[in-house]
Amino acid sequence: MIHVRELTKHYRETVAVHDLSFDVPPGVVTGFLGPNGSGKSTTMRMIMGLDRPDEGSVTINGRAYVALDHPLREVGALLEAKAIHPGRSARHHLQYLAETNGISRQRVDEVLDLVGLTEVASRRVGKFSLGMGQRLGIAAALLGDPGVLLFDEPINGLDPEGILWVRNLLRGLAAEGRSVFVSSHLMSEMALTADRLVVIGRGALISEGTLDEFIADTAGTYVKVRGPQLAEIERVLHAAGATVVPDGEGALTVRGWEASAIGDLVMSKQLALHELSPQTASLEEAFMTLTRDSVEYHGRTTDVPVTTGK
Amino acid sequence: MTTLTPESLRTTSTPHQKSHLIRAEWTKLRTVRSTWWTLSAMVLVTLGVASIAGASVSHSWTTFNVIQRATFDPTGISLKGLLFSQLIIGVLGVLVMSAEYGTGTIRSTLAATPQRTRVLIAKAGVVGALSLVVGEVLSFGAFFLGQSLLRSPAPHAQLSQPHVLQAVVGGGVVIGLLGLFALGIATLIRHSAGAITTYVGILLVVPIILQTLPSSFSQPILKFMPFHISDVMTSTVTVGQGSSLSPWVGAGVLALYAFGTLAVGGYLLRRRDA
Repeated sequence: MIHVRELTKHYRETVAVHDLSFDVPPGVVTGFLGPNGSGKSTTMRMIMGLDRPDEGSVTINGRAYVALDHPLREVGALLEAKAIHPGRSARHHLQYLAETNGISRQRVDEVLDLVGLTEVASRRVGKFSLGMGQRLGIAAALLGDPGVLLFDEPINGLDPEGILWVRNLLRGLAAEGRSVFVSSHLMSEMALTADRLVVIGRGALISEGTLDEFIADTAGTYVKVRGPQLAEIERVLHAAGATVVPDGEGALTVRGWEASAIGDLVMSKQLALHELSPQTASLEEAFMTLTRDSVEYHGRTTDVPVTTGK
Repeated sequence: MTTLTPESLRTTSTPHQKSHLIRAEWTKLRTVRSTWWTLSAMVLVTLGVASIAGASVSHSWTTFNVIQRATFDPTGISLKGLLFSQLIIGVLGVLVMSAEYGTGTIRSTLAATPQRTRVLIAKAGVVGALSLVVGEVLSFGAFFLGQSLLRSPAPHAQLSQPHVLQAVVGGGVVIGLLGLFALGIATLIRHSAGAITTYVGILLVVPIILQTLPSSFSQPILKFMPFHISDVMTSTVTVGQGSSLSPWVGAGVLALYAFGTLAVGGYLLRRRDA
């Protein structure tokens, strides 16, 4: 269990994290979602006691990170790919980490096996691919069999098979009752992996809750309904069991019903319809809408002259 | 998938034993090639200089004048190669800390041991012990090799003669303390290039600059410079016409360099973001 409370961090003039509070409960995967530069890594470093918050606090199982006697046995982290000396072998990297926390060499072999690096364990890490480096980082996170796990962008550099492996690993770790906290800038990945979401933008909390709540609030398929007697239409649909929410712009957002069924029902009550249009918003779109105002660096895809072969 | 909750984890351990950290730092030190390169270079240079010096003095002794013969220090000449080792041990001491920052390993290290002062103490213990042992081995090795190559009529020294043992032991002590000094500098500066430049600057460049200044100004400072102190500590004759520190006061000053930078470095290590 991780408690983050009112965390604030400035780097000179830049506000990296502002008044951020959230929880990472056990037994589920909590996704940590935000655009690049939104403060995810800074927050994770503060959880690990690597960066000192200007204000606020983080506790892990009720204690500050620096107060943990054997932190690797309580918290495992993949902070960034290749935070590893390139001249050292994978086994030696894990061995020294194990030694600091009184963990046996047998466990080093076990985690190497678990991430599939046994055969290259004696090879220098500098020769590793990005994906192998990520696997080694994950092995280091699992070394102390911790109850709390942090993964900063774990699928970066992984091939599809590796992504699937990480996804299953994270879900498996949560199923064993561990608190799993995983950051990503990809909503689509979080939709497949996370049970809960903590969404931040520009260092501040945008949304926290279950994935289902997030989807219900922001995304999915719905039907936009407009008509002259809007209140009456709303009452009729509501009575019939549909989820109806006025969108504040003179239309209704109706979930759980097909457009044809809505049309038939409204017509049967002799009410006029001016618009009946199915809408689809992907999670990715929902995330982008949610964080649009907080993206630090915008790229342009329109208004750029494109030379074609004509 | 392999089981995630293994029996092998339930190992013996009381909270964060110092021996764990020392062993971990030793593992780190011995599992990178730079350690072995730097140590090999030290052996090569120190013993090489001792051999060349011994052989060339034996060869040219007959051309020495009276003063040269009177002030000839067979111990000191064998230990001259330690000056190069003092530069090389600096590289080793710096890399122990700066390579962690350069590669990002520092974050793994501090995540495993958030008590940062203990990390620095463990590093200092390993670096200090290794540099001291290597320094002593090299110093004694260079001494015996050098003496065996000094042929009559050139005189050679024995450990039982006045100040000889002190000089040979002192040669190793200098290496040990300078290894720690370099570690301290790297803890302050955190970048390999910057830390090595600073270390070499203090050892080599500052004395050269000082020597271009009037000696009334430079002499009182020069005697506190590491190279000058090491010269005093590895000689059996008086160096610098009485304006030098005594060998053991010199050792104390070197220790102040080492533990002073480590103390300031440790303070900053605790305060700064990793």
